[in-house]
Amino acid sequence: MKSEINDGNAIPTVETARKLGVLPEEFARIEEILGRTPNFTELSIFSVMWSEHCSYKNSIVWLKTLPRDSDRMLAKAGEENAGLVDIGDGLACSFKIESHNHPSALEPYQGAATGVGGINRDIFTMGARPIAQLNSLRFGNPELAKTKWLVRGVVKGIGDYGNAFGIPTVGGEVFFDECYNTNPLVNAFSAGIVEVGKVAKATSYGVGNPVYIVGSATGKDGIHGATFASEDISDKSNEKLPAVQVGDPFMEKLLLEATLEIIATGHVIGIQDMGAAGIICSTSEMSAKGEHGMVIDLDKVPTRQTNMHGWEILLSESQERMLVVVQKGKEDIIQGIFDKWDLHCVQIGEVVPAGPDDAGRLHFYQHGELIADVPAHDLVLGGGAPQYHREYREPAYYQKFKEFDIDKISDVSTEDIVKVARHLLSHPNIASKRWIYEQYDSMVGTANRSTNRPSDAAVVRIRDVSRPDYKKGIAMTVDCNSRYVNADPFIGAQIAVSEAARNLTCTGAEPLAVTNNLNFGNPYVPEVYWQFVQAVKGMGAACEKFGTPVTGGNVSFYNQSSDDGPVFPTPTIGMIGLMEDPAHQMTLDFKATDDLIYLVGAPKNDIASSEYLYSYRKVKESPAPAFDMEEEYTLHQAVKQLIVKNLVQSVHDVSDGGLFVALAESAMPRGLGFQIASDTNFRTDAYLFGEAQGRVLVSVKPAQQGEFQKYLGGDQKIPHALLGTVTAQDFVVDQEVVIGTSEARGLYDNSLGKIMG
Amino acid sequence: MKFGVVVFPGSNCDDDTVFALQHNLGQEVVKLWHKDHDLQGCDFVILPGGFSYGDYLRTGAIARFSPLMNEVIEHANRGGYVMGICNGFQILVEAGLLPGVLLRNLSQKYVCKNIHLLPQSKAASLTSSLESRAYTIPIAHGDGRYFTDADGLKKLNDNDQVLFRYCDADGNISDEANPNGSLDSIAGIANAGFNVFGMMPHPERASDEALGNADGRIILEQLVGVLV
Amino acid sequence: MQFAADINIMPIKEILDPQGKAVKLGLHNLGIDQVDDVRIGKHITIRLEAADAEAAEEKVKIACEKLLANLIMEEFSFEVHPVQ
Repeated sequence: MKSEINDGNAIPTVETARKLGVLPEEFARIEEILGRTPNFTELSIFSVMWSEHCSYKNSIVWLKTLPRDSDRMLAKAGEENAGLVDIGDGLACSFKIESHNHPSALEPYQGAATGVGGINRDIFTMGARPIAQLNSLRFGNPELAKTKWLVRGVVKGIGDYGNAFGIPTVGGEVFFDECYNTNPLVNAFSAGIVEVGKVAKATSYGVGNPVYIVGSATGKDGIHGATFASEDISDKSNEKLPAVQVGDPFMEKLLLEATLEIIATGHVIGIQDMGAAGIICSTSEMSAKGEHGMVIDLDKVPTRQTNMHGWEILLSESQERMLVVVQKGKEDIIQGIFDKWDLHCVQIGEVVPAGPDDAGRLHFYQHGELIADVPAHDLVLGGGAPQYHREYREPAYYQKFKEFDIDKISDVSTEDIVKVARHLLSHPNIASKRWIYEQYDSMVGTANRSTNRPSDAAVVRIRDVSRPDYKKGIAMTVDCNSRYVNADPFIGAQIAVSEAARNLTCTGAEPLAVTNNLNFGNPYVPEVYWQFVQAVKGMGAACEKFGTPVTGGNVSFYNQSSDDGPVFPTPTIGMIGLMEDPAHQMTLDFKATDDLIYLVGAPKNDIASSEYLYSYRKVKESPAPAFDMEEEYTLHQAVKQLIVKNLVQSVHDVSDGGLFVALAESAMPRGLGFQIASDTNFRTDAYLFGEAQGRVLVSVKPAQQGEFQKYLGGDQKIPHALLGTVTAQDFVVDQEVVIGTSEARGLYDNSLGKIMG
Repeated sequence: MKFGVVVFPGSNCDDDTVFALQHNLGQEVVKLWHKDHDLQGCDFVILPGGFSYGDYLRTGAIARFSPLMNEVIEHANRGGYVMGICNGFQILVEAGLLPGVLLRNLSQKYVCKNIHLLPQSKAASLTSSLESRAYTIPIAHGDGRYFTDADGLKKLNDNDQVLFRYCDADGNISDEANPNGSLDSIAGIANAGFNVFGMMPHPERASDEALGNADGRIILEQLVGVLV
Repeated sequence: MQFAADINIMPIKEILDPQGKAVKLGLHNLGIDQVDDVRIGKHITIRLEAADAEAAEEKVKIACEKLLANLIMEEFSFEVHPVQ
């Protein structure tokens, strides 16, 4: 079998395939699909389309087990660029999270910036105008110079890109642990609103319809794998290959406006962002979906460099580009819109019919020669891309962590409480992330309802000039305590989902759906793959329970720490909720002195995997904290009712740092204090600093005490305990002043800034 | 009274400004495209916030040469009202319609948060009727440090052209309450004719009770008053 | 001996320069439309003490490589000359 299509390169061998990351059995499969040996261009095409990044070949069999449907689902996972949830009134919310971990490790500023760009393009290519962004960040030890460089760069990159793009960054999470010293995690989330029925599709059909490339010119960005493999068979160019892609938020902003304008004309057949794997990815995925072929002339693609190889143009990951298929005869209208916004828009080909034996082929020409001929369907996920069941094995540490015995740890003394309190309030995992979030524009769009109302999840109103009094809003959060997931991936992933649902519930919103970002180590290591499998199982169980299907997301493997072990398994959950009536938006801050403070949910004698145990007592090996999904679910339903019935003044979930930190976080916004008594049935450290799940802190007006207790105690039988009262100043536990409010605020507000300088 | 909000490539507070004027203040507003040469009969032109031309080179430096700026400058020179908010202020300064310059924040970082403003000028219609108290208004900028030379500062003060100074929650002007290192805590100024205004803070972001702060609406209401 | 160094730092030519691209658009708005390519970098001057020109050059090179330029995306050139 010789290749009949000459692309000017030597015929590849299994060895070339190996260098491109294509397994021998995959090479054989490609030969079978084509009925001949692929040329280098074609092999490069398969190598990127069958990479983990595009095909999810090592994860898809497990991802398919996640719950994917509910009454509100308009597009299920994998069907479109992002998930699509019906929020009523003819509107839908499109949302997704995506990682840019490895680019950010190399060049944090551009890596994070282009991550923000990519996720927003996924949203607006569906015709949805983004309304808010979140991000979930993991870094190593914050005292290391390298970590500071990464934090500064990533934060500035997210800020500079998102701020100029003009979509508010309304929330997020940041977590530090040494396991992320060399491999930070940068997960970016975006959500947008689109009218149902006006959603643009990532498809291509209609013979003769023109295919356009829009946006930036194509350069030799992100094609290292193929370049390395090609070195011995093509003449080596002397040009340096850029190791980093540069984002251009200005271009992205123009693309956003122009894209929404062309979609509104109704003349767009299909549109897709060019993210990973560039032109080849969008041409093949859109063609496979629309079951048509395409003929593309690569000479027409605007390039940033001269003399680019065909495969370089096909694989380039240059940013801020899109592929658009337009109705024939409407070219002038579309061209006019792109001209208005000073954007490149070039026809590079047209849609052709599927053949008798295939569902559509892609023909790529360069210099008048056919250089690649591949069937679209065989390239894509859900089509011919391989799917593997990887081997997995329970790691030895898992049982060892479970042997943790709380009785071998002494309880805290009264003096210790002061030390632990100061340690936790100033710990970068718990202290205010103000130094970071003040670098993000959180208010552009005049939609952020949380700016002046602190709460567990961010709330963004849907602002529309045509219906200015529209009330509904979207609440959103990203959550994952990866220390819990490492200790027990099955339970830890359930906790991540529960915490996200709890944050939305405590804000007064109804959880709707999930997008996930699964950050793991090397999937070929069975112990790592076990973490992945367990986490997916846990996530699936919790999403089922909370009625929040997984609408899509992203998998990032090969995240390694400096000692060549994997990072903590980090399945980040992005969850959106519906805020039907803004009158029920709940805040976390104590409102007035003498209000009663209650803990709702059962306290436990548990300190496992708490920040207190891990960083203060320096015990690194313990299981996930206590968690019971039924208890958790019942608690959420009760909290919802407390909010709707106006029985609570504030609601804040008990999470990292335990009850004491939750109390402090509720007291500090208005400069108030509290006095509480601990429960002698429990260890003091567990009661104050333990991170057992399923607990919420609320404050209640004294006049409503009876009604509040009647509701929880009477019909609901929800465990609840009166802790004490809100005071004007000082944090008092068992009659001892632990810390003054202003001193606590100083530690909490400024600790991260002091570290970062 | 007809407002026009100029849309430059990279403007991103244009819709916010239109929404505040139209919905929160009930005014007639049109968007003006930067490539046109027509102010559509607007009485009051607003240059909104954002990152015109990506803030590349210097903030406002490229937008200042957008085609519509010829008409905006003519309008201002005829005594017509013009206001620049944030990036709009930066464009007005580059265009020479307002004196001084906006430098990189002293912290070298972009900053977005609520700050407090104390109205200053009794000569400018924008501020003369405002109460003397701290108004809570958001800022969101990387280049907001107002600077001018000693002569320029003297002129601004002598002519009562300073519109706002940064202050704390109690209305005290101090270095601690100055979020970007602006000269003399200056947050906004008017030209000598008091028909061109510029300010870094965003009143349109605090104009709606739905967002929990309507101090900015009180400032925008002064714009409506200027022509009556 | 005291030396002065004039350092130019430019984005490497293979990499996108969004700033240059936007400035080109601005020049076209001004009517200067013959402009084909605009690239924007930084010029840095430093003064330093060194035994001789060679040592000064070595120091400046290290400064460029370690701090002043990001070699992943920028390249630098410089000239060192003695100051009286």
